[in-house]
Amino acid sequence: MKVYTETVVYSAPEAFVKDAPYQIAIIEKDDGSRVTGRILGERVAIGDEVELIELRDGIPYFKKASSR
Amino acid sequence: MKPVAVVGAGKTQFGAFPDRDLCSLAVEAGRKCLEDGHIKPSQVDAFFLGNFAGPSFTGQNHLAPYVGAALGITGVPATRFEAACASSGSAFFHAVMSVAAGIYDLVLVVGVEKMTCQTTPRVAEILASAGDLSGEVKAGATFPALFAMIARRHMHQYGTRREDLAAVAVKNHANGAKNPYAHMRKVITIEQALAGKPVADPLTVCDCSLVSDGAAAVLIAPLERASEFTSKPVVVAGIAQTSDRLPLAEKQDITTFPAVRKAAQKAYKMAGVGPEEVEFAEVHDCFTIAEIVALEDLGFVKVGEGGPYTSDGCTLPTGPKPVNASGGLKAKGHPVGATGVAQICDVVAQIRGEAGELQLARHSLGLAQNLGGSGATAVVTLLRAA
Repeated sequence: MKVYTETVVYSAPEAFVKDAPYQIAIIEKDDGSRVTGRILGERVAIGDEVELIELRDGIPYFKKASSR
Repeated sequence: MKPVAVVGAGKTQFGAFPDRDLCSLAVEAGRKCLEDGHIKPSQVDAFFLGNFAGPSFTGQNHLAPYVGAALGITGVPATRFEAACASSGSAFFHAVMSVAAGIYDLVLVVGVEKMTCQTTPRVAEILASAGDLSGEVKAGATFPALFAMIARRHMHQYGTRREDLAAVAVKNHANGAKNPYAHMRKVITIEQALAGKPVADPLTVCDCSLVSDGAAAVLIAPLERASEFTSKPVVVAGIAQTSDRLPLAEKQDITTFPAVRKAAQKAYKMAGVGPEEVEFAEVHDCFTIAEIVALEDLGFVKVGEGGPYTSDGCTLPTGPKPVNASGGLKAKGHPVGATGVAQICDVVAQIRGEAGELQLARHSLGLAQNLGGSGATAVVTLLRAA
């Protein structure tokens, strides 16, 4: 899975003010489908490989894949 | 289908007006428009209201008859249209269709939004509800965030530069500084545009349109009756509304809005013109990247060339294709539900030769492009002198 596009949100909606700044991204899965999710930890850029950490309330949280 | 003309126009100043409510703004624009078309409220056959989120911003629902009655219009169909930022573009489209079909003769279309009564986080939340609530919004996406992700991808695919985005802001601020109706009349430099406070990377406050209060109105009639109301009718030469999916993640390529491309093609075909014949345009620059994408989707430039075209000065009022001579949403302001009709008012003023300091040299065929949300609704209109 890799990052199709991303942004770091500084000006957050009411529900997420406490999280800001936070990174969201559209992730392209290996089958070509895409999903919008949150990035935790290190910031990612377009093309970076990511891995799924967990689903929270139906939203996928990803982190940068550990390089091998 | 009968040819349709705009026979009256009116708008309020755009800005932050703590002492004005939604109704008073809509009534001011509506009254000015009826006066401009020299008609009484009792002559209106139908009242169409474009409004995105009046109930969320102000608590008042059932807005069309509420505003209509305040204008003195009762006993006729009064209907609200909601299509996010294309709400009043959609109201205008349906008004034109119904007059063209011979259902009504005189339709008053008012667009209005009262936004500044809420805090910035609450405004962000209400605006975000025009996106996909179950996915994007729950992940924390705001509208600036969606367009930031579009910008990132456009930069990645086509080499669009941060400076190209800033060039849109600099141009639109310079234009808006000359517009007495604009929310922000302030010239900015490219350095200031680049150094703005970050909102959603790579977009800063200088890339974002303004949270504004305001209203705009147009009166439309069959062209064959236009001379009863005005000496300067403006013909709706082509118009189309189209739709698409809401979530960006479900789009094949987020650097283009297929709904805009399709609406433009249909409107060009109806008018019998191509993009090269359009002399000037008011496009939906809710964010600077949106103006660059619009140039490409409307066929003014090839895919990926919107950034350099802007930085080369081609869209300046003195350039070959003036875009957003009014200052656009960026400087004029973006009272969401008012924007579509305000764009029509601005194109009409240019065609009538009544745009004052904003008047362009070539002004006989103009285009307005109104975008809803992150591209799930698009309305494209071509207007020309009768």
